[in-house]
Amino acid sequence: MQLNELKGIDYIRMVHEKELSVEQVILDIFSQIDKTDKIFKAYLRTNRDEALQEARVIDRKISNGEKIPPLAGLPVAVKDIICTEGIETNCASRILQGFIPPFNATVIRKIKDAGAIILGKTNMDEFGMGSSNENSAYQVTTNPWDITRVPGGSSGGSAVAVAADEALVALGTDTGGSVRLPASFCGVVGLKPTYGRVSRYGVIAYASSLDQVGVLTKSVQDAALMMNIICGYDEMDSTSAKVPVPDFLSACRDDISDLRFGVPGEYFKEGLNPEVKDAVLKAIDHISKLGGKVEEISLPSIEYALPAYYLIGMAEASSNLAKFDGVQYGLRIDDNDDLEDMYRKTRSSGFGPEVIRRIMLGTYALSSGYYDAYYLKAQKVRTVIKEDFDKVFKNIDIILCPASPVPAFKIGEKIDDPLTMYLTDTYTMPVNLAGLPGMSLNCGFTNEDNLPIGLQIISRAFEEENILRVGYNLERHYNHTLKIKRPKPPVG
Amino acid sequence: MSEKIIEKKDVEYVAQLAKLELSEEQKELYVKQFNDILTYFKKLNELDTREVSPTSQILHSNLTFHEDIPRPSLPQEKVMNLTNSRKDGYFKVPKTL
Repeated sequence: MQLNELKGIDYIRMVHEKELSVEQVILDIFSQIDKTDKIFKAYLRTNRDEALQEARVIDRKISNGEKIPPLAGLPVAVKDIICTEGIETNCASRILQGFIPPFNATVIRKIKDAGAIILGKTNMDEFGMGSSNENSAYQVTTNPWDITRVPGGSSGGSAVAVAADEALVALGTDTGGSVRLPASFCGVVGLKPTYGRVSRYGVIAYASSLDQVGVLTKSVQDAALMMNIICGYDEMDSTSAKVPVPDFLSACRDDISDLRFGVPGEYFKEGLNPEVKDAVLKAIDHISKLGGKVEEISLPSIEYALPAYYLIGMAEASSNLAKFDGVQYGLRIDDNDDLEDMYRKTRSSGFGPEVIRRIMLGTYALSSGYYDAYYLKAQKVRTVIKEDFDKVFKNIDIILCPASPVPAFKIGEKIDDPLTMYLTDTYTMPVNLAGLPGMSLNCGFTNEDNLPIGLQIISRAFEEENILRVGYNLERHYNHTLKIKRPKPPVG
Repeated sequence: MSEKIIEKKDVEYVAQLAKLELSEEQKELYVKQFNDILTYFKKLNELDTREVSPTSQILHSNLTFHEDIPRPSLPQEKVMNLTNSRKDGYFKVPKTL
């Protein structure tokens, strides 16, 4: 076994028991990247020299018998929306090409303080806007299970890096499903914590009332391991919550018989791929076998969530992205008549088509005469959606449903039809509207195409421990019953 | 095809608000796409929200402010280094009038 194939949790055990060389792990990872990333294109840029240097420092500490920090050399891939000091961070956008942040995002500071090693920055849909990674200004990441298909978005590069053993764990962000959707398409674990659980300081904002940092990993325990480090109040983010951070790893334990589960009928109607449905229903069946009490629930207003989500997301994006004007950093078009012309030329050549589309629609929804009909209406609908969730969570602890109505689709299949692409987020974005945590866990594969299927596990706010416990119990079942599958090595 | 909610002149007006410059081809495409998308968004009108307050903050445990104590920020030189268009500690921009 190559060391790049290790799960995060096994790496941590082995490094603390002095059973491996951190440098060898990093070398194995970069050897994999050299072999496969020409085809998968998960990384926009790598941090090889620094990573190797940091690995040697930790190895030296280990051989000197010094105390090592909790994540001691854990190799992490980071979505390019998260600022890394000294490493270019451009959100897969031309407008930020060459931007080298002078500071670290709080999550980066936290994982580095815990000893993690940054492997590089992963590809994404520009500014997080997309469900397929095709909206990157630089490259199209492919799905390791079938390279003619998309990895899902927007944290597609992070999902692929983990699925293809080009990283042990990865950080992503999730505004409407951007961690859970690619996790589902690539067969990895993808956890979006509660809104406010993780600081967004230094995370380039798309839609501030929805954005949250999440993790993409090879196991549920790996997600818990990362959560232990990245969560917690940060005074640099006024939306970060002052709530205690539990030990998420100890939440990964036996027995879910005390939990009550709800299955929303609305998620199993038309548009759901039958093979996805079948795999998710089997997972729910297994929850019953493990002693979980399962009942059918209803989220009656959920069909209004998608338009509300896109309106709110676009409106907030149009405001957040107003700062990219060419003045202080990033791209500037110098061939201009005056300041206004410089703004227009810089923004029009720096932003890609989907970003322009969302800025335009968001600006329209906020503009005089339309605000009440679109933005205000969407915020009211958001309240109704939140109340739907509040109501069902009075009687149950966990919602189980598919993470996506379909498995990974073909590259190019939906890119020319924005509305069809938006529908991809149908099952994930209600969680963001309600500020809840949610996780995608691989629960099977389609028969003919062998594509991963994701089960979505949702809980009340700040109850990620329950999600992790359910995921941990299911995952052990799958490890025993499903034939463990790995992506096929790419050709060429 | 659905009712026409916006026309080319609306797209031009919004582009002006958003400080964007669009080609004729982009304008045509956006008129079509925006009408499809906005027609879909109109679905929200089916839901009666007369008695509902808009969401302004999703989780009430959030929104905390830290003490307003002066502290060091990033050094000016480090920030100014992010652009070549600078002079004497200022950002240089084209003429404004």
